[in-house]
Amino acid sequence: MKKLKLKELESCLQQVDGFEDPKLLLEQYPTRPHIAACMLYTIHNTFDDIENKIVADLGCGCGVLSIGSAMLGAGLCIGFDIDADALGVFNRNAEDFEITNTDIVQCNVCSLPEEMAKTFDTVIMNPPFGTKHNKGMDMAFLKTALRMARTAVYSLHKTSTRQHIQKKADDWKVKMEVLAELRYDLPASYKFHKKKSVDIEVDFIRFSSEKKTNEGMT
Amino acid sequence: MLTSHVRGVRPGGGFPLRIELEHYPRYSPYGYGLAQASEVKVNNVDFNQEFTARMIPKVEWGALVEAAESLGHRSDLPSEPIPDYGSNEDFLRKVHHVLMEVEVIEGVLKCPDTGREFPITKGIPNMLLSEEET
Repeated sequence: MKKLKLKELESCLQQVDGFEDPKLLLEQYPTRPHIAACMLYTIHNTFDDIENKIVADLGCGCGVLSIGSAMLGAGLCIGFDIDADALGVFNRNAEDFEITNTDIVQCNVCSLPEEMAKTFDTVIMNPPFGTKHNKGMDMAFLKTALRMARTAVYSLHKTSTRQHIQKKADDWKVKMEVLAELRYDLPASYKFHKKKSVDIEVDFIRFSSEKKTNEGMT
Repeated sequence: MLTSHVRGVRPGGGFPLRIELEHYPRYSPYGYGLAQASEVKVNNVDFNQEFTARMIPKVEWGALVEAAESLGHRSDLPSEPIPDYGSNEDFLRKVHHVLMEVEVIEGVLKCPDTGREFPITKGIPNMLLSEEET
Protein backbone atom coordinates (compact mmCIF):
# COMPACT_ATOMS: atom_id res chain seq x y z
CA MET A 1 0.00 0.00 0.00
CA LYS A 2 1.59 3.22 -1.05
CA LYS A 3 1.58 5.94 1.55
CA LEU A 4 -0.90 8.65 0.72
CA LYS A 5 -0.04 12.12 1.95
CA LEU A 6 -2.69 14.27 3.59
CA LYS A 7 -2.63 16.77 0.72
CA GLU A 8 -2.98 14.00 -1.84
CA LEU A 9 -5.89 12.50 0.03
CA GLU A 10 -7.59 15.87 0.25
CA SER A 11 -7.16 16.60 -3.42
CA CYS A 12 -8.53 13.16 -4.30
CA LEU A 13 -11.54 13.75 -2.10
CA GLN A 14 -12.17 17.03 -3.85
CA GLN A 15 -13.10 14.96 -6.90
CA VAL A 16 -15.83 13.14 -5.00
CA ASP A 17 -19.24 14.37 -6.10
CA GLY A 18 -21.65 15.65 -3.47
CA PHE A 19 -25.40 15.83 -3.14
CA GLU A 20 -27.20 16.91 -6.27
CA ASP A 21 -30.25 18.10 -4.47
CA PRO A 22 -29.66 18.06 -0.71
CA LYS A 23 -32.64 17.12 1.43
CA LEU A 24 -33.32 19.32 4.40
CA LEU A 25 -35.06 16.67 6.44
CA LEU A 26 -32.04 14.41 6.22
CA GLU A 27 -29.60 17.22 7.07
CA GLN A 28 -27.60 16.46 3.97
CA TYR A 29 -24.63 18.70 4.51
CA PRO A 30 -21.55 17.54 2.68
CA THR A 31 -18.43 16.58 4.60
CA ARG A 32 -15.91 18.99 3.09
CA PRO A 33 -12.84 17.32 1.56
CA HIS A 34 -10.53 19.11 3.97
CA ILE A 35 -12.39 17.88 7.04
CA ALA A 36 -12.86 14.40 5.63
CA ALA A 37 -9.17 14.13 4.79
CA CYS A 38 -8.07 15.36 8.23
CA MET A 39 -10.41 12.94 9.98
CA LEU A 40 -9.34 9.94 7.94
CA TYR A 41 -5.67 10.82 8.11
CA THR A 42 -5.82 10.98 11.91
CA ILE A 43 -7.79 7.74 12.17
CA HIS A 44 -5.26 6.05 9.93
CA ASN A 45 -1.98 7.49 11.16
CA THR A 46 -2.59 7.99 14.84
CA PHE A 47 -4.81 5.02 15.60
CA ASP A 48 -4.29 2.62 12.69
CA ASP A 49 -8.02 1.96 12.52
CA ILE A 50 -8.42 1.85 8.73
CA GLU A 51 -5.83 -0.26 6.95
CA ASN A 52 -6.97 -3.89 6.57
CA LYS A 53 -9.98 -3.14 8.74
CA ILE A 54 -13.67 -3.57 8.12
CA VAL A 55 -15.16 -0.13 8.35
CA ALA A 56 -18.77 1.09 8.49
CA ASP A 57 -19.77 4.59 7.39
CA LEU A 58 -23.15 5.52 8.88
CA GLY A 59 -25.18 8.10 7.03
CA CYS A 60 -22.56 7.84 4.30
CA GLY A 61 -24.37 10.08 1.83
CA CYS A 62 -22.31 10.38 -1.34
CA GLY A 63 -19.55 8.36 0.24
CA VAL A 64 -16.65 10.75 0.79
CA LEU A 65 -15.57 9.08 4.05
CA SER A 66 -16.00 5.58 2.63
CA ILE A 67 -14.03 6.39 -0.49
CA GLY A 68 -11.29 8.02 1.58
CA SER A 69 -11.16 4.94 3.82
CA ALA A 70 -10.86 2.70 0.79
CA MET A 71 -7.99 4.86 -0.49
CA LEU A 72 -6.21 4.44 2.83
CA GLY A 73 -6.36 0.67 2.54
CA ALA A 74 -9.52 -0.40 4.34
CA GLY A 75 -10.20 -4.09 3.75
CA LEU A 76 -13.84 -3.29 3.14
CA CYS A 77 -15.92 -0.22 3.88
CA ILE A 78 -19.70 -0.50 3.94
CA GLY A 79 -21.72 2.69 3.66
CA PHE A 80 -25.23 2.85 5.13
CA ASP A 81 -27.72 5.55 4.19
CA ILE A 82 -31.45 5.98 3.88
CA ASP A 83 -31.39 8.05 0.71
CA ALA A 84 -31.33 6.33 -2.67
CA ASP A 85 -30.31 9.50 -4.54
CA ALA A 86 -27.20 10.01 -2.41
CA LEU A 87 -26.29 6.34 -2.72
CA GLY A 88 -26.59 6.59 -6.49
CA VAL A 89 -23.98 9.36 -6.40
CA PHE A 90 -21.84 7.20 -4.07
CA ASN A 91 -22.01 4.36 -6.61
CA ARG A 92 -20.87 6.63 -9.41
CA ASN A 93 -18.09 8.06 -7.26
CA ALA A 94 -16.80 4.57 -6.47
CA GLU A 95 -16.88 3.70 -10.16
CA ASP A 96 -15.09 6.90 -11.15
CA PHE A 97 -12.32 6.20 -8.65
CA GLU A 98 -12.25 2.52 -9.63
CA ILE A 99 -12.68 1.60 -6.00
CA THR A 100 -13.75 -1.97 -5.44
CA ASN A 101 -13.63 -2.40 -1.68
CA THR A 102 -16.67 -0.33 -0.79
CA ASP A 103 -20.19 -1.61 -0.47
CA ILE A 104 -23.51 0.13 0.03
CA VAL A 105 -26.67 -0.75 1.93
CA GLN A 106 -29.80 1.39 1.80
CA CYS A 107 -31.42 1.33 5.21
CA ASN A 108 -32.46 3.35 8.19
CA VAL A 109 -29.30 3.54 10.29
CA CYS A 110 -31.34 3.73 13.48
CA SER A 111 -33.01 0.39 12.82
CA LEU A 112 -30.01 -1.73 11.88
CA PRO A 113 -30.37 -5.26 13.25
CA GLU A 114 -28.82 -6.28 16.53
CA GLU A 115 -26.83 -9.03 14.80
CA MET A 116 -24.49 -6.43 13.49
CA ALA A 117 -23.11 -5.90 16.96
CA LYS A 118 -19.31 -5.83 16.81
CA THR A 119 -19.26 -6.85 13.16
CA PHE A 120 -17.05 -3.93 12.23
CA ASP A 121 -13.65 -2.89 13.49
CA THR A 122 -14.21 0.81 13.01
CA VAL A 123 -17.24 3.03 12.50
CA ILE A 124 -16.72 6.40 10.87
CA MET A 125 -19.51 8.90 10.50
CA ASN A 126 -20.61 12.45 10.05
CA PRO A 127 -24.08 12.03 11.52
CA PRO A 128 -26.96 14.46 11.21
CA PHE A 129 -26.39 16.96 14.00
CA GLY A 130 -29.95 16.43 15.10
CA THR A 131 -30.77 20.08 15.42
CA LYS A 132 -33.52 21.04 13.04
CA HIS A 133 -36.29 18.53 12.59
CA ASN A 134 -34.71 15.41 13.91
CA LYS A 135 -33.68 16.13 17.45
CA GLY A 136 -31.65 13.37 19.04
CA MET A 137 -30.68 11.85 15.71
CA ASP A 138 -26.97 12.34 16.40
CA MET A 139 -27.23 10.29 19.57
CA ALA A 140 -29.30 7.59 17.85
CA PHE A 141 -26.52 7.26 15.26
CA LEU A 142 -23.90 7.16 17.98
CA LYS A 143 -25.69 4.43 19.87
CA THR A 144 -25.94 2.29 16.75
CA ALA A 145 -22.31 2.97 15.90
CA LEU A 146 -21.09 1.92 19.33
CA ARG A 147 -22.97 -1.34 18.98
CA MET A 148 -21.38 -2.06 15.63
CA ALA A 149 -17.74 -1.22 16.34
CA ARG A 150 -15.24 -3.53 17.96
CA THR A 151 -12.49 -0.99 18.32
CA ALA A 152 -13.62 2.58 17.88
CA VAL A 153 -16.19 5.03 16.59
CA TYR A 154 -15.12 8.32 15.00
CA SER A 155 -17.76 10.98 14.74
CA LEU A 156 -18.46 14.69 14.41
CA HIS A 157 -20.69 16.45 16.92
CA LYS A 158 -21.52 20.04 17.64
CA THR A 159 -19.18 21.40 20.29
CA SER A 160 -22.17 22.92 22.08
CA THR A 161 -23.42 19.40 22.84
CA ARG A 162 -20.11 18.10 24.23
CA GLN A 163 -21.22 17.91 27.85
CA HIS A 164 -24.36 16.06 26.94
CA ILE A 165 -22.40 13.57 24.87
CA GLN A 166 -19.82 13.10 27.62
CA LYS A 167 -22.62 12.29 30.04
CA LYS A 168 -24.07 9.73 27.64
CA ALA A 169 -20.64 8.25 27.04
CA ASP A 170 -20.19 7.85 30.79
CA ASP A 171 -23.60 6.20 31.05
CA TRP A 172 -22.65 3.79 28.28
CA LYS A 173 -19.21 3.21 29.82
CA VAL A 174 -17.50 4.40 26.70
CA LYS A 175 -14.25 6.29 26.62
CA MET A 176 -14.55 9.58 24.77
CA GLU A 177 -11.63 11.63 23.45
CA VAL A 178 -12.08 14.90 21.62
CA LEU A 179 -9.38 14.70 18.96
CA ALA A 180 -9.93 18.10 17.42
CA GLU A 181 -12.18 21.13 17.40
CA LEU A 182 -13.13 22.07 13.90
CA ARG A 183 -14.84 24.93 12.25
CA TYR A 184 -17.40 23.33 10.07
CA ASP A 185 -18.26 25.45 7.16
CA LEU A 186 -21.84 24.84 6.11
CA PRO A 187 -22.36 26.23 2.67
CA ALA A 188 -25.70 27.94 2.21
CA SER A 189 -27.19 24.96 0.49
CA TYR A 190 -30.66 25.43 1.87
CA LYS A 191 -33.00 28.30 1.39
CA PHE A 192 -33.34 29.08 5.08
CA HIS A 193 -29.66 30.00 5.33
CA LYS A 194 -29.56 33.70 4.69
CA LYS A 195 -25.82 34.13 5.04
CA LYS A 196 -23.52 32.79 2.39
CA SER A 197 -22.07 30.21 4.70
CA VAL A 198 -22.29 29.51 8.39
CA ASP A 199 -19.43 28.36 10.56
CA ILE A 200 -20.31 26.10 13.42
CA GLU A 201 -17.98 24.59 15.97
CA VAL A 202 -17.71 20.85 15.73
CA ASP A 203 -15.80 18.26 17.78
CA PHE A 204 -14.06 15.38 16.11
CA ILE A 205 -14.45 12.63 18.68
CA ARG A 206 -13.12 9.11 19.15
CA PHE A 207 -15.21 6.72 21.21
CA SER A 208 -13.80 3.40 22.32
CA SER A 209 -14.86 0.75 24.74
CA GLU A 210 -11.38 0.17 26.10
CA LYS A 211 -10.41 2.17 29.09
CA LYS A 212 -6.78 1.96 27.97
CA THR A 213 -5.36 5.03 26.33
CA ASN A 214 -3.25 4.87 23.20
CA GLU A 215 -5.16 1.82 22.03
CA GLY A 216 -3.91 0.90 18.63
CA MET A 217 -1.04 3.35 18.67
CA THR A 218 2.28 2.05 17.56
CA MET B 1 -48.55 -10.04 12.00
CA LEU B 2 -46.45 -6.97 12.41
CA THR B 3 -44.28 -8.61 14.99
CA SER B 4 -43.36 -11.37 12.63
CA HIS B 5 -42.32 -8.78 10.13
CA VAL B 6 -40.07 -7.14 12.60
CA ARG B 7 -38.75 -10.49 13.63
CA GLY B 8 -38.05 -11.46 10.07
CA VAL B 9 -36.40 -8.21 9.27
CA ARG B 10 -34.30 -8.22 12.36
CA PRO B 11 -33.56 -11.88 12.79
CA GLY B 12 -32.67 -12.87 16.29
CA GLY B 13 -34.15 -9.67 17.65
CA GLY B 14 -36.37 -11.85 19.79
CA PHE B 15 -34.31 -14.97 19.12
CA PRO B 16 -37.01 -17.04 17.54
CA LEU B 17 -35.18 -17.77 14.36
CA ARG B 18 -31.67 -17.70 13.20
CA ILE B 19 -31.66 -17.21 9.50
CA GLU B 20 -28.90 -19.16 7.94
CA LEU B 21 -28.37 -17.45 4.65
CA GLU B 22 -26.38 -14.39 3.90
CA HIS B 23 -28.06 -12.43 1.19
CA TYR B 24 -25.11 -12.34 -1.06
CA PRO B 25 -21.66 -13.72 -0.73
CA ARG B 26 -19.87 -10.48 -0.67
CA TYR B 27 -19.76 -9.98 3.06
CA SER B 28 -23.01 -8.72 4.40
CA PRO B 29 -24.09 -8.22 7.97
CA TYR B 30 -27.67 -9.14 7.15
CA GLY B 31 -28.87 -12.69 7.30
CA TYR B 32 -31.26 -13.08 4.43
CA GLY B 33 -31.75 -15.85 1.97
CA LEU B 34 -31.12 -14.98 -1.60
CA ALA B 35 -34.30 -15.65 -3.49
CA GLN B 36 -33.06 -14.88 -6.94
CA ALA B 37 -30.16 -13.21 -8.55
CA SER B 38 -30.92 -11.85 -11.92
CA GLU B 39 -27.53 -10.29 -12.47
CA VAL B 40 -24.33 -11.38 -10.80
CA LYS B 41 -21.05 -9.70 -11.56
CA VAL B 42 -17.54 -10.87 -10.75
CA ASN B 43 -15.27 -7.94 -9.99
CA ASN B 44 -11.53 -7.94 -9.79
CA VAL B 45 -10.54 -6.91 -6.30
CA ASP B 46 -6.95 -6.82 -5.04
CA PHE B 47 -6.29 -9.72 -2.70
CA ASN B 48 -5.65 -8.60 0.86
CA GLN B 49 -4.47 -11.64 2.79
CA GLU B 50 -4.41 -10.07 6.24
CA PHE B 51 -7.90 -8.63 5.89
CA THR B 52 -9.35 -11.84 4.49
CA ALA B 53 -7.94 -13.88 7.37
CA ARG B 54 -9.36 -11.43 9.87
CA MET B 55 -12.80 -11.67 8.28
CA ILE B 56 -13.15 -15.43 8.64
CA PRO B 57 -14.09 -15.52 12.33
CA LYS B 58 -16.50 -12.63 11.75
CA VAL B 59 -18.64 -14.11 9.01
CA GLU B 60 -21.33 -16.73 9.43
CA TRP B 61 -19.41 -19.34 7.54
CA GLY B 62 -22.32 -21.66 6.73
CA ALA B 63 -24.37 -18.77 5.45
CA LEU B 64 -21.52 -17.51 3.31
CA VAL B 65 -20.94 -20.90 1.71
CA GLU B 66 -24.63 -21.45 1.10
CA ALA B 67 -25.08 -18.04 -0.50
CA ALA B 68 -22.01 -18.57 -2.66
CA GLU B 69 -23.35 -21.94 -3.69
CA SER B 70 -26.72 -20.46 -4.63
CA LEU B 71 -24.93 -18.10 -6.98
CA GLY B 72 -22.82 -20.85 -8.49
CA HIS B 73 -19.62 -19.46 -6.97
CA ARG B 74 -18.89 -21.83 -4.10
CA SER B 75 -15.30 -22.07 -5.34
CA ASP B 76 -14.73 -25.38 -3.51
CA LEU B 77 -15.10 -23.80 -0.10
CA PRO B 78 -15.40 -26.48 2.61
CA SER B 79 -18.36 -26.50 4.98
CA GLU B 80 -16.06 -25.46 7.84
CA PRO B 81 -13.09 -23.09 7.64
CA ILE B 82 -9.87 -25.11 7.58
CA PRO B 83 -7.92 -25.06 10.89
CA ASP B 84 -4.79 -23.10 9.92
CA TYR B 85 -6.44 -20.77 7.43
CA GLY B 86 -4.26 -17.79 8.31
CA SER B 87 -1.25 -19.22 6.52
CA ASN B 88 -3.02 -20.94 3.64
CA GLU B 89 -2.94 -18.47 0.79
CA ASP B 90 -4.76 -20.74 -1.61
CA PHE B 91 -7.70 -21.08 0.78
CA LEU B 92 -7.73 -17.37 1.58
CA ARG B 93 -7.80 -16.50 -2.11
CA LYS B 94 -10.96 -18.56 -2.51
CA VAL B 95 -12.55 -16.81 0.46
CA HIS B 96 -11.50 -13.47 -0.97
CA HIS B 97 -13.15 -14.33 -4.26
CA VAL B 98 -16.46 -15.24 -2.64
CA LEU B 99 -16.38 -12.43 -0.11
CA MET B 100 -15.18 -9.55 -2.24
CA GLU B 101 -15.46 -10.35 -5.93
CA VAL B 102 -18.86 -11.93 -6.47
CA GLU B 103 -21.51 -9.25 -6.39
CA VAL B 104 -25.25 -9.34 -6.99
CA ILE B 105 -26.11 -6.35 -9.13
CA GLU B 106 -29.82 -7.00 -9.60
CA GLY B 107 -31.81 -9.42 -7.50
CA VAL B 108 -34.04 -9.92 -4.54
CA LEU B 109 -33.35 -10.86 -0.95
CA LYS B 110 -36.05 -12.90 0.63
CA CYS B 111 -36.53 -13.34 4.32
CA PRO B 112 -37.17 -17.06 4.85
CA ASP B 113 -39.15 -16.26 7.97
CA THR B 114 -41.68 -13.77 6.69
CA GLY B 115 -41.24 -13.95 2.95
CA ARG B 116 -40.62 -10.21 2.86
CA GLU B 117 -38.55 -9.32 -0.16
CA PHE B 118 -35.86 -6.68 -0.38
CA PRO B 119 -34.77 -5.61 -3.83
CA ILE B 120 -31.15 -5.19 -4.87
CA THR B 121 -30.75 -2.52 -7.52
CA LYS B 122 -27.41 -1.55 -9.05
CA GLY B 123 -25.71 -3.58 -6.35
CA ILE B 124 -27.46 -1.74 -3.50
CA PRO B 125 -29.79 -3.78 -1.32
CA ASN B 126 -32.76 -1.74 -0.12
CA MET B 127 -33.48 -2.77 3.46
CA LEU B 128 -35.85 0.09 4.21
CA LEU B 129 -39.02 -0.81 6.07
CA SER B 130 -42.40 0.79 5.82
CA GLU B 131 -43.74 2.52 8.91
CA GLU B 132 -45.99 -0.43 9.75
CA GLU B 133 -43.02 -2.76 9.75
CA THR B 134 -40.89 -0.95 12.27
